[in-house]
Amino acid sequence: MDLILMMKNELMLVFIIVILLVMKVADNGRSSGYWIGVINVLLIVNCIIDWLPVSEGELFGGVYKSYALGNFGKSLLSTGTLLISLFSTDWLKRCQHIAEFYLLMISTLLGMFFMISSGNLLMFYLSLELSTIPLAAMCNFGLTERKSGEAAMKLILSSAFSSCLMLMGISFLYGASGTINFEVLSIIVQETPLYIMGFVLLFVGVAFKLSVVPFHLWTADVYEGAPVPVTAFLSVISKSAMIIVFSFLLYHVFGSLYNSWYLLLYVLSIVTMITGNVFAIRQENMKRFLAFSSITQMGYILVGISGSSAEGVTSSVYFIVVYLFSNIAAFGVISQIAEKSGKETISSYKGLAKHNPFLAWTMAIALFSLAGIPPTAGFFGKIFLLKAGASKGDLFLITIAALNMIVALYYYLRVIRAMFMDENEDSIPVLHSGAPLKVALAICLIGILITGFSGPVYEYIFTLSNGI
Amino acid sequence: MNSIPLIHFLIVSTALFFIGVYGFFTRINMITMLMSIELILNSVNINFVAFNKYLHPESNDGLFFSLFIIAIAAAEAAVAIAIIINLYRTHSTIDVEDANEMKL
Repeated sequence: MDLILMMKNELMLVFIIVILLVMKVADNGRSSGYWIGVINVLLIVNCIIDWLPVSEGELFGGVYKSYALGNFGKSLLSTGTLLISLFSTDWLKRCQHIAEFYLLMISTLLGMFFMISSGNLLMFYLSLELSTIPLAAMCNFGLTERKSGEAAMKLILSSAFSSCLMLMGISFLYGASGTINFEVLSIIVQETPLYIMGFVLLFVGVAFKLSVVPFHLWTADVYEGAPVPVTAFLSVISKSAMIIVFSFLLYHVFGSLYNSWYLLLYVLSIVTMITGNVFAIRQENMKRFLAFSSITQMGYILVGISGSSAEGVTSSVYFIVVYLFSNIAAFGVISQIAEKSGKETISSYKGLAKHNPFLAWTMAIALFSLAGIPPTAGFFGKIFLLKAGASKGDLFLITIAALNMIVALYYYLRVIRAMFMDENEDSIPVLHSGAPLKVALAICLIGILITGFSGPVYEYIFTLSNGI
Repeated sequence: MNSIPLIHFLIVSTALFFIGVYGFFTRINMITMLMSIELILNSVNINFVAFNKYLHPESNDGLFFSLFIIAIAAAEAAVAIAIIINLYRTHSTIDVEDANEMKL
């Protein structure tokens, strides 16, 4: 009974995977609309079940553990997956392999759930791979497009390499401590060279998934080449899951290496913010632009995490909520425009507001939130991150972060100017968006505004993060 | 019984690791790059097994870990080769340098 209560999120996903497999085997030429309908209903049920409360505790001798913040993260991820599934309806109808696409997507999500709940290094490694390998296959879903294959190749080769480095780190940690259990490890770890070496290599694997700067080279290419729904999944869901695991690892398992990782985060966050901004300014393609913007956002999150207090975790998880809604809204608009008109560059967005006011306004609000302009949630997210980062009293880091936020305004506003102020002869004609897309975008907009205006969201996350 | 000291195993695994890293960065054929990755994974396996046998013989954690690594490596290679085959269909080559449509 404990098993069902604690693992209900994972069991639900496994259940959906089995249903899809059976349906695929028994399939006799059903229409794509039928498939999409069934799967979306399953995802909605999954999302509702995930938001129900879960009991906390450990299973399988500490290999699997359920804790409040992790469960909140899981509910958030399944909501995000549902939103992505809703806005990708049009693309999926054109795509031949709907069942396979969802199988891969839900397997990835399952991997992330297990990763959040992992209680030892073996489980962590296995679930990391489960969340990476299907993702590479998903990137290749534009089967006949040259860019898609190239993106998948870049993702699988670089992720395989980074997970090799991570395994080397894990083997050092194991050699030094003799255990792979997080609880035991957190007691044993000391600041000796072997532990630090192991930790840094483990950090590489995580930093690769977060695309923190020295390991960000795959990001822009994969984002550009992959189909838009996959890009959205990669940039939002995968990174959000990793942030939760990352803060758990840093605060709980490697808490005693604090002096080492503070330095690491300090340097990497500065480099990440600056590089992300500098490259984002010169991008023309919307997907590449959002790739570099997401690298910059990761830099801000690192600033918040380096604060090393309950506030650090709270502010970064709060920022994840904001980032999830804003980025999904932006990608929803991009996917609609790319699907209907095939245009992806910023210059082709000129005059979008004239014919498609709903899409243009959604995009504008999402970008305002990413830039951190007051009425939207992004502003509060950034304030909290800076506040958490400042708790160590190092104002240099905070100043750099604040300056970067100002620079970032330039390129976010450039898109908004193109949409609202520039005239264009052949601007994008009126696009008729389907109901699922409108629902998804509306939920995202409500999410952006509500998380911004209501204090209880932040306080709720704060009570959850006390467990870490 | 323990006539070979631990350090010898570590030297072999470190050498394998860097041969793999070198191969990964210098080769342009994707299959060879995958082979380099397998080399790195095997060096990690040697590490795990040696640490388990010499330093922590009381439990079998390291041994199990290396078994799982072998399984995952096979899965990863399967997906990677599928992707490479598809790349061959669109590009008619499996050299990474020819897959260069997207640049900064």
